[in-house]
Amino acid sequence: MKPRTDSRKFKTVSRRELLKLTPVLALGAFAIPQIQKPLLKGGLAFSDWISARLFRSGHLAPTFAAADLTPFEKFPINDYDVDDPDVDFDKWTLTVTGSVQKPGDYTLAQIQALPKVTQNTRHVCVEGWDVIGNFGGVLLSDFLKMIGTDPSARFVSVECADDYYESLDMATALHPQSLLCYEMYGQPLTREHGAPLRLSIPTKVGYKQAKYLTDLKVSHVLERVGYWEDQGYSEFYGL
Amino acid sequence: MATRAIAIEDVKTGEVTEAVYEHPFIVRLCHWVNAVSLLVMVGSGLQIFRAFPSFGAKIPEQVLINWPKSLALGGWLGGALQWHLTFMWIYIATGLLYLGYQIFSGNYKQVLFVRRDVPGVWPMVRHYFFFGHQPQTKEAYNPLQKYAYTSAIGLGVLSVLTGVVIWKPVQFSWLAWLMGGFHRARLWHFLVMWAMLAFVFGHLVMVVLHGWNNFVSMLTGWKEDPEYDSR
Repeated sequence: MKPRTDSRKFKTVSRRELLKLTPVLALGAFAIPQIQKPLLKGGLAFSDWISARLFRSGHLAPTFAAADLTPFEKFPINDYDVDDPDVDFDKWTLTVTGSVQKPGDYTLAQIQALPKVTQNTRHVCVEGWDVIGNFGGVLLSDFLKMIGTDPSARFVSVECADDYYESLDMATALHPQSLLCYEMYGQPLTREHGAPLRLSIPTKVGYKQAKYLTDLKVSHVLERVGYWEDQGYSEFYGL
Repeated sequence: MATRAIAIEDVKTGEVTEAVYEHPFIVRLCHWVNAVSLLVMVGSGLQIFRAFPSFGAKIPEQVLINWPKSLALGGWLGGALQWHLTFMWIYIATGLLYLGYQIFSGNYKQVLFVRRDVPGVWPMVRHYFFFGHQPQTKEAYNPLQKYAYTSAIGLGVLSVLTGVVIWKPVQFSWLAWLMGGFHRARLWHFLVMWAMLAFVFGHLVMVVLHGWNNFVSMLTGWKEDPEYDSR
């Protein structure tokens, strides 16, 4: 036998069930311009927080055989400003500041004296395309050791000849595949690809691979995160 | 699945009708939250796609579709990513809540397409597409419905897994490998979306065809005068 009720009581029950769904209307907050911005900013920050937790220091990015490489001429050149900021190679140095024991100007020869590493890794652009490139340079962690980085420091930030700027969390900077890169495809960096020195961080998205480096700063607090991050992109964007 | 059925006596006429409680609260909640988040994910996803509307090489870039901006959400790539990376958590949380509830309550039996539903699919297809007679059913969902809903849930899971690979191809490199690499995962993600949209289209057509009474059941949980025998 089915339980019985009358139509009036049934209406009340139905209405109560309908009202239980009112929390769904909270999603309407995303349609209100004044609240939308902070909500989306919060969502992005939450994604970044999870991203930092998902990052594993010892987990290596996939590396590829030489046959898988994207031909050098098909490696895109992306800039926010100019392809070639006219770096004067003869006068170029990397200026190191911040929480380090040995701040100062470092020449390319000093950097190249560190053990050389080459690797075939994937470069993933935030736009969605990807290429596999050959990158040569020194481990960023070796360089950070050489300049006497304060072990409690949390960030490495860089500035570039074209006024671009970027930053890395220390865990990513110390990752065994993070490079201060001075070669691509066995040749010194071309001007368009960031000569004389760029970042190559296979665990980060493309816009973190800053080119034409001029300054490197180690710090506990980040003054500014990065050019694209300031436009509204993810701050961590680890792959 | 024993669905809760009641007899309703009209206070004025004394006429007795029947109603069945088809959709528990959690299912209805997840349905509507998911409907919103799916819309946001597709809209923002297509804006993200506009940044590189291709699955081939970057150089030379062969544009697959010039997806109209008016049918996308977020305005620009960064804006669309903010929507996508915010609503993916709502989408995932809703999915987990739904799956957890269905499994632990046993309500999954209402939806899950199993082997004994197989023979019932063709008669339903014949009914819907070739004007065959309507097969009798004793459950809330007919075999074709179960097939569609089970597929949609599968597509939901795949949309998250393929999305995770695009977002974190290094941390989830094993999953990326399983999908044929980062590059292909992006294509899978796109195809899963279209499959999901095909489901949504069919779903909405059915909702319109089956009328108000059926639609209300996803709001109140109760379906009056069910077209099937609920005993």
